[in-house]
Amino acid sequence: MGKKQAGTGPLSRRPDNSAFKQQRLPAWSPSLTPQTVLPTFYILSLVCLLLGIWLLITVEYTYELKVDYTDAGTCEQCFNLRKHAIDSSTPCKCTVSFHVPKTFPGDVFFYYGLRNFHQNLRRYMDSRDDAQMVGRKNNLKAPSSYCAPFDYDANGKPIAPCGAVANSMFNDSLTVMYNPTDGSKIQVPLYRKGIAWYTDKNVKFRNPPTNNTFSLQQAFEGTTRPLYWQRPVYELDDIDSNNNGFINDDLIVWMREAAFPNFKKLYGVLNRAQGPFTEGLPAGNYTLSINYNFPVEPFRGRKELVISMVTWFGGQNYFLPIAYLVTSGLILVTAVVLTTVFVKVGKKGKNMEE
Amino acid sequence: LEVERKIRANDREYNLSFKYATNSIKTSKYNPFTFLPLNLFEQFQRIANAYFLFLLILQVIPAISSLSWFTTVVPLVLVLSVTAAKDAIDDIVSTHIHSLFIFLSFFPLLRGDDWEVCCEPPNNRLDRFTGTLTFNSQKYSLDNERVLLRGCTLRNTDWCFGLVLFAGPETKLMQNCGKSTFKRTSIDRLMNVLVLFIFGLLALMCIILAVGNGIWENHAGSKFKAFLPREENTVFSAFLTFWSYIIILNTVVPISLYVSMEVIRLGNSYYINWDRTMYHAGSDTPAEARTTTLNEELGQIKYIFSDKTGTLTQNIMTFNKCSINGKSYGQDQSILFELESEMTPVDFSFNRLADPKFLFYDHSLVEGVKLELPDVHAFFRLLALCHTVMAEEKREGDLVYQAQSPDEGALVTAARNFGFVFRSRSPETVTIEEMGIQRTYELLAILDFNNVRKRMSVIVRNPEGKLSLYCKGADTIIYERLHPSCSEVMKVTTEHLNEFAGEGLRTLVLAYKDLDEEYFSEWKQRHHESSVALEDREEKLEKLYEEIEKDMMLIGATAVEDKLQDGVTQTLEQLAKAEIKIWVLTGDKQETAENIGYSCNLLREEMNEVFVVASNMELEFLRTACICKTVICCRVTPLQKAQVVELVKKYKKAVTLAIGDGANDVSMIKAAHIGVGISGQEGMQAVLSSDFSFAQFRFLQRLLLVHGRWSYLRMCKFLRYFFYKNFTFTFVHFWYAFFCGFSAQTVYDEGYITLYNLVYTALPVLGMSLFDQDVNAGWSLEYPQLYVPGQLSQYFSKRAFMMCALHSWYSSLVLFFVPYAAIYDTARDNGKDGTDYQSFALITETCLTVTVCVQLGLDLSYWTVVNHLFVWGSLGMFFILTFTMYTDGLYRLRPSSFAFIGTARNCLNQPNVWLTVALTAILCVLPVVVYRFLSSQISPTINEKVRYKVCQMKEPAPRPRRTRLTRRSTRRSGYAFSHAHGYGDLMTSGRYLRRNALTCSTGLIPTGRSPGFKPTGRSAGYSPVGREQNPKQKVEPTSLQVFRAVKDSFF
Repeated sequence: MGKKQAGTGPLSRRPDNSAFKQQRLPAWSPSLTPQTVLPTFYILSLVCLLLGIWLLITVEYTYELKVDYTDAGTCEQCFNLRKHAIDSSTPCKCTVSFHVPKTFPGDVFFYYGLRNFHQNLRRYMDSRDDAQMVGRKNNLKAPSSYCAPFDYDANGKPIAPCGAVANSMFNDSLTVMYNPTDGSKIQVPLYRKGIAWYTDKNVKFRNPPTNNTFSLQQAFEGTTRPLYWQRPVYELDDIDSNNNGFINDDLIVWMREAAFPNFKKLYGVLNRAQGPFTEGLPAGNYTLSINYNFPVEPFRGRKELVISMVTWFGGQNYFLPIAYLVTSGLILVTAVVLTTVFVKVGKKGKNMEE
Repeated sequence: LEVERKIRANDREYNLSFKYATNSIKTSKYNPFTFLPLNLFEQFQRIANAYFLFLLILQVIPAISSLSWFTTVVPLVLVLSVTAAKDAIDDIVSTHIHSLFIFLSFFPLLRGDDWEVCCEPPNNRLDRFTGTLTFNSQKYSLDNERVLLRGCTLRNTDWCFGLVLFAGPETKLMQNCGKSTFKRTSIDRLMNVLVLFIFGLLALMCIILAVGNGIWENHAGSKFKAFLPREENTVFSAFLTFWSYIIILNTVVPISLYVSMEVIRLGNSYYINWDRTMYHAGSDTPAEARTTTLNEELGQIKYIFSDKTGTLTQNIMTFNKCSINGKSYGQDQSILFELESEMTPVDFSFNRLADPKFLFYDHSLVEGVKLELPDVHAFFRLLALCHTVMAEEKREGDLVYQAQSPDEGALVTAARNFGFVFRSRSPETVTIEEMGIQRTYELLAILDFNNVRKRMSVIVRNPEGKLSLYCKGADTIIYERLHPSCSEVMKVTTEHLNEFAGEGLRTLVLAYKDLDEEYFSEWKQRHHESSVALEDREEKLEKLYEEIEKDMMLIGATAVEDKLQDGVTQTLEQLAKAEIKIWVLTGDKQETAENIGYSCNLLREEMNEVFVVASNMELEFLRTACICKTVICCRVTPLQKAQVVELVKKYKKAVTLAIGDGANDVSMIKAAHIGVGISGQEGMQAVLSSDFSFAQFRFLQRLLLVHGRWSYLRMCKFLRYFFYKNFTFTFVHFWYAFFCGFSAQTVYDEGYITLYNLVYTALPVLGMSLFDQDVNAGWSLEYPQLYVPGQLSQYFSKRAFMMCALHSWYSSLVLFFVPYAAIYDTARDNGKDGTDYQSFALITETCLTVTVCVQLGLDLSYWTVVNHLFVWGSLGMFFILTFTMYTDGLYRLRPSSFAFIGTARNCLNQPNVWLTVALTAILCVLPVVVYRFLSSQISPTINEKVRYKVCQMKEPAPRPRRTRLTRRSTRRSGYAFSHAHGYGDLMTSGRYLRRNALTCSTGLIPTGRSPGFKPTGRSAGYSPVGREQNPKQKVEPTSLQVFRAVKDSFF
């Protein structure tokens, strides 16, 4: 091992005098001395404090409003109707009124929120075929086995998009009406597109190839819609035909599975082009009308509309500001304790000299 | 099975027909074709690898598979190939070992004739051999006396005839080697326990999660069936979940742990090979780590068992001082050391037969010789006559002495240089050259040495016809037998003896007596009668010797230095400071051993002596020995050396190291946890069976205090960190289970799981365990106390492991719940989804990677360039690979494998993600810093104190100091003279002299016993008659003894 056979002479087997082999590489050896640790603690505490305050102020000015419409307002009967799967095709509409206490300045985002819906179950998450959704012909006709039992319908026709995720897509449609004090009703205009990630919309989800003569419908020829869907994938958007197929924004948003059972997904963005909405969402009374389709009773879930502003920091989440403030306090307390110990017990380093 | 071995002389075809083993020994296991299957088969026999194979099988079952197969395959293949490469290299190295091992039986003048040997099949009994030789249809019996074992050296014999009976692996040596036991370190043993514990933990976690899954399925899951149809049976679902979680949580038993440990040990072994300060220029020998799996054990040694001769001492005796008729000659050693350059050695050019290697610095003695002072002449004449040395003179004037003990050799050589040259001897005469005049003395009797007599005498008649008795022996013994008229000289000589002994020299007193012709012839007659007496022969002879050795005249005393190896005293002192207990185990007798004990400061004046003689009181012995500050075991056979080591291993549960240079240390070297071989003049057996070897005893301190300590420190740091990072990584899955319906959903994406251990965190920790040093080598040697924590296994123990697990548990809580809370109900800065599973996975991954990196930075106390490269490189690698895996191109290639497309781009540009990362890192590291700071302030460890000192001084490590220890002792040595009984007999019997025996020997004359010379002068407790000197401790002869003896069955 490591023996040098080459060379003769009296010192032929002498090891090289390199810093590496002799373990004398120059090195920086830091250690936890009071001179480094204590100042670091105080500075870190201060930094956390400032960050915490800044974040807190930011979050304080980020408004959010949640309207639970599961069985509120007139939705109770729809809620009961959707308990039973047999009535799933019966349309049901209902409305819920709510009040916005403060004007939401700037861009306002409308989300639908689901509670207790496990999009993160392993087999639920696996039950999709990304290759199909990227428009591959083969997978369109022969979906991945991961999609089972939502891969073929009872007649053996391949389902597009296949799998449990697509099958369970949120299909309530929400309309928000602004009720100004004058008694009129103005529909809150929403951008329903541009709500998905750019990469998802342009790379991850692709329709099967089409051209002028070969329509989207023809491209999906030979496949069938998911079991729980009312309309096929190529007819998801009545208004914009470019928003159909796998690149439908709502589908894409839904397909990005949530990490936790309580989640919200972007439904639309306030269109501030005109009317009273140029400055944002004005305070006042609103009515939410729902095409109530999505059943949540079976899994004891809740549905809600979430109206929120965002800042550079994202939505309204008090955790990080508070966590930073608490951490700052924690560090300060330990720093004081450490200083005391250093002075009293450690005798300012005299302990070390013995 | 072979029942009988038949070999015919000069009949190649007949012999080949049996297909006996050939002379080459093949130790390699593989050839190019069998390598892959054999190696894989072997590797999968290891529990860890088999476990991962089992995991792999689980992963291809769709119902269970919670992770893609490649998360296991990639690491497994990597681990297998690294191990296979290492095995292949080891194998290629070992293929080169081919040795010639012969087993000989030899007979006179049988060449060309047709003779056949029929003997027992190969076995490992060294002490017996049976067979018959058929020659001219006559049968002769063959026994142990007629065979030469492999490893023997022929002495006084230029050539011999023989027949190879056993070759290669069938030789008794190879049969006797056995399989050397595979040594494992205490960390290895601890790891086995811990791995079991980890498996238990894994099972526990999986059971909890499986039960959780059962409950969840019952309550919530069943309601969710519309969206995800599944089996009705919740018990079955829980069962599947159990296995799914076994797969996910398998990273608690890290696949790369064992291979990393091997790499680290290999690296640290190379440092030993590369160490220039452990290179001995004189013999061009670098230190060598022959075993690459024991490094960290070097940092935990509690007991060192050292051989004496050749290990502590050089086994070179020098005639240093003498006292002749009340006058002391010779320079003081300590003065000599300092003034070496100014001192000129005595010029022996007047003597053409002088040995040029002999150095003496006191000119007055040679003046005395030249002035023909009668006392001085008598002194050297005695030295030239009274001994059992044999002289060989191949060319005129080129004398070579073959001394049975180096002491005697030193004395006779001294006489030679001072003009009293011993030329030759016959059974009846001794020829010496006195100041250039050749004189032949008639040798009338040798009154041999033994342990009780502690002296030897010769009775000679000089050419003038004068009868004299010359005697040399232990001072106390000789003093009792001196003529009263010597009392004046005795007094002065005693002072000189005290002085010599104080310097650790071995002393002998010389005396002579003129004999009366009549009295002698009468004595001679009685001597003859006694020596043939059948009863009480020994006692009768003893009495006769007593009678004649009295009223002798004192000539003087000699002082011989048993030269210590360089730096032995300092090394022993250093090791003692490191609280390592040093036991000297030697075959020598008590006086010699004690003498060395004093001369290397193991024994000091103020110590009390305890002697334990009993042999069957293991525990009593151990208890006594452990109370003692210094333990020196003398008259120990090789087997007993091993037994002592085993005893300490068994009852003290301490890590032991045995160091030795000779074949008689092999058993001890193999028995100890660590065997160290000194590559010296004593042949290679010790080195070949050792784990580490080097040329000088003093390198031991560097091996232990620097390399051993670092290796241990590094291995412990490695293990602590390795467990930390893997536990932390894994436990996060556990917390996530409570939010994903116990569905065995992973937190991280599969690419990250695959690469976490292999790429993202492998190199920094490897860099730490190859380069880390708490303080540099100079300081390590300056403060041997730094070694103590290793002996107490303070750096890695079950407790440390539990601390690690707790720390991981805390970190995983932070790493899961902080990102969870931070992304709860929030959104990206453009309002789009930022709380999806993929973003959460990436945030957690980033938090984890950064946190473990920061933790590593905190553990790392020695940042070399390589460490910087590894740490920053790995961190960079995480981002590079993450972005790469999430690219559009790879997604288009395989959409299902790279489903995380775009996540990195969309997620890592969010300020709140980075705020989360920073917060987790701070929270994870904070308690560690606080704990370390507090413990270093409240009760600083020795390491922290030394580091503090280093920081304060800001100066390079001190150069190793060479202090000369002055010792003053009034203790008088006994007969410290390594000499064995039985040589006197040999000298007078004349058997050794029939050099031309070949021509006159006829047939097979079985001799009763066959005396032989040992190749070296070491009388390791054995006499030349093949009998142990200490009959109290009867042990089986071991291989080592037998190998030493050469059987001259010619005579």
